[in-house]
Amino acid sequence: MMRRVPFLIAAALWAAGAAAQHGAELEHANNNVDNTASLQRGARYFVNYCLGCHSAQYVRYNRLAEDLQLSEDQLLENLMFTGERPFDTMSIAMSPEDAARWFNAAPPDLSLIARSRGTDYLYTFLQSFYVDESSPTGVNNAVLEGTAMPHVLWELQGIQEAVYEPDPEHEGEEHMVLDLTTPGTLDAEEFDDVVRDIVNFLDYVGEPMQLERKRLGIRVIAFLGVLLVISLMLKREIWKDVE
Amino acid sequence: MTDSSGFTRRHFLTVATAVTAGAGAVATAVPFVASFKPSARAQALGAPVERDVSKLEPGAMIKAEWRGRAIFILRRTDAMLARLDDVADELEDPNSEVSDQQPDYAANSHRSIYPEYLVVEGVCTHLGCAPTPRFEVAPADLGADWPGGFFCPCHGSKFDLAGRVFKGVPAPYNLKVPPHRYVNPTTILIGADSGSS
Amino acid sequence: MAASEADVFDRLGRRLSAFGGWVDARFPMTKLIREHATEYYASKNFNFWYGFGVLATVVLVIQIVTGIFLTMNYKPSAAEAFASVEYIMRDVEWGWLIRYLHSTGASAFFIVVYLHMFRGLMYGSYKKPRELVWIIGMFIYLCLMAEAFFGYLLPWGNMSYWGAQVIVSLFGSIPWVGEGLAEWIRGDFYISDITLNRFFAFHVIAVPLLLLLLVVIHIMALHEVGSNNPDGIEIKEHKGADGKPIDGVAFHPYHTSKDMVIVVVFLIIFAAVVFFAPEMGGYFLEHANFDPANPLTTPEHIAPVWYFTPFYAILRAVPNKLLGVVLMGSAVLLPFFLPWLDRCRVKSIRYRSWIYKSALGIFAATFIALGYLGLQEATRIYHFAGLDITVVALAQVFTALYFAFFILMPYYSSIETTKPVPTRVTK
Repeated sequence: MMRRVPFLIAAALWAAGAAAQHGAELEHANNNVDNTASLQRGARYFVNYCLGCHSAQYVRYNRLAEDLQLSEDQLLENLMFTGERPFDTMSIAMSPEDAARWFNAAPPDLSLIARSRGTDYLYTFLQSFYVDESSPTGVNNAVLEGTAMPHVLWELQGIQEAVYEPDPEHEGEEHMVLDLTTPGTLDAEEFDDVVRDIVNFLDYVGEPMQLERKRLGIRVIAFLGVLLVISLMLKREIWKDVE
Repeated sequence: MTDSSGFTRRHFLTVATAVTAGAGAVATAVPFVASFKPSARAQALGAPVERDVSKLEPGAMIKAEWRGRAIFILRRTDAMLARLDDVADELEDPNSEVSDQQPDYAANSHRSIYPEYLVVEGVCTHLGCAPTPRFEVAPADLGADWPGGFFCPCHGSKFDLAGRVFKGVPAPYNLKVPPHRYVNPTTILIGADSGSS
Repeated sequence: MAASEADVFDRLGRRLSAFGGWVDARFPMTKLIREHATEYYASKNFNFWYGFGVLATVVLVIQIVTGIFLTMNYKPSAAEAFASVEYIMRDVEWGWLIRYLHSTGASAFFIVVYLHMFRGLMYGSYKKPRELVWIIGMFIYLCLMAEAFFGYLLPWGNMSYWGAQVIVSLFGSIPWVGEGLAEWIRGDFYISDITLNRFFAFHVIAVPLLLLLLVVIHIMALHEVGSNNPDGIEIKEHKGADGKPIDGVAFHPYHTSKDMVIVVVFLIIFAAVVFFAPEMGGYFLEHANFDPANPLTTPEHIAPVWYFTPFYAILRAVPNKLLGVVLMGSAVLLPFFLPWLDRCRVKSIRYRSWIYKSALGIFAATFIALGYLGLQEATRIYHFAGLDITVVALAQVFTALYFAFFILMPYYSSIETTKPVPTRVTK
């Protein structure tokens, strides 16, 4: 079962200044922050696969429970394993100095990663690990060359290898394609859903109030529309004798 | 267009605009005023605090901190508890009738859930100084009648071993008992009556 | 209304006027209201271009009020600044709204001010007797740029850090004094906690006070000579029997009611951005700024915030660092001289020749083009009609056009054949 994930190698990913540039094509995450069930799943995946190394230091558990419609019991059972209390933030025990020593780069905090890199980037990144003997972790990533992050989701996705093929869009050039050589416990569609849930959760975590913001916006603009009509009528009434 | 009372279309529209804009202004002020409320972080920092009292000796006191206030936890001896009834006449509010100063479960003669442990805020009800624990009976500076209790050094207010205020001192009320409960017989959660937070 | 109700209003009215009388004997309250509102006459034919002054004042109020509330929760230290912004966004009740109002307001301020200035260019509002209004306004513009620059460091994001690094190092390019000057501005050998704290002081109190003062004298200077209008004629030259300009209407209630409509329209657009697109695709809140400041890692693509990019493009158009700085500075300063560069006697573009109309149109397009170019990576290349055109080359062309607008103006404005200017205002 081969899953082909074509990527264009971006000159921009390496160094600026190439005469001809190909952008790195990112897949669209198509996540929906309105989908609470997806966010709940994403939260569980995040706590299980990511929170070991990556903190989400600006996220409070109790706020998470409220927004994701979880009861305190569900929160404690599914998302809190290390003795924090609900009002605590999602921090980790590993210090940045230790992390930098062990992994060569401190795993960044993920509270704002979706706002800084974008959901498409994260969605593509998580699916783009491939085997690389020369790397300390044994893997590399087509979206972030030389990443120090191991392939945490390898059991679910399976293992990919890099294959070089002629590039259909740029004559005479080759591009890298990722081939799934060892399947994981999930098929392509299922894994896709898992990654989407994780990215959806990160999207929410980046801006927890985004749904409330939009709901309020509709009401504010509706009110201003009413005010506009009334004040326009007043203006016309005052100006009616001026030619 | 004028009607007999002098109200014109213009007047009506002016009032309508002013009222609508005014409502908008009030609605706009709401988030700003609300932003003053304690934030989620303040609420997290002000969350209830657990203290283990298993190592506390009878007659000894430990301090905890909750919401920036000193909390005294005193393990009373039987002798101390016996003395509580003796001083009832000299107290301003011996039966803890001022309900603001303690939860219902502490409105008793020993002002606590279990007679053995007293949990009070170490904040003098006069002007807020921290009273000094003076549990010894009849020391030289406090006189032969001193049964043991708390003495506030700022202006001389006196409280007994249940935190009840004496008559004739500047402080008007008994020391406040914070909401609290026992997670287990030797662990007190200060700041909540029920639930874990 | 019954007789007793009429009495109540009557007595209330008399009480209020008695109070007013007490104040007036000690403070020019009624005089100020008359001179600047109820008896300040402005032309009756203002179009929407004349709304941007009021809008600028509205945005100034928004920035000050939201700024005060942000300052209550923001921590101006390198260790805590970034986290304090997220604290405001997540933990402080309604903090997210206050933050978005402030960030959107910053961009809105520049949009409004650029359009306000453009109105001046169209209708000759900088010409005699309003030269001082224009000059004070240009100082307001400089203060606004400083305010935005200082404010942008405060979130201590990665773009904040590196943007400040780049701009302060521009000062370093000045010969002899440059390095010392850059160090003096920073208060340290690099952009640090010390720099952040002093920029905080500038942004929160020093520049706002200066701005408020300048806005007050800007309006005073305007009211001294009276407002211009789309026809560029002086309405005070034709007064009626009552001594009021016949083409004018009292500011209150005519212009106040009209301005209110304009303000509400603006608020609708403003609210749409705040509630539905506060990042504006990364132009109002830049993506790189959601990463904390990192002295070891520059963002992939540093650009100043969009409102500075026209001048940034001019800076980058010149291969020599010092010359680039000089040119960029001149670009900002040239508009100060407009009242004297423009030799045409006619104020409004409505009665000027095709020469000025083209020049102004080209200038507007140039400014926008430079802004666009300033946003691009310096190495970007456009492929057009078989040619490879660099960003720098394009910026050089548009920089030349920008300067030409001003430098050639004494010439082209003096050879214009103008249309006859009416004596009364038109629609």
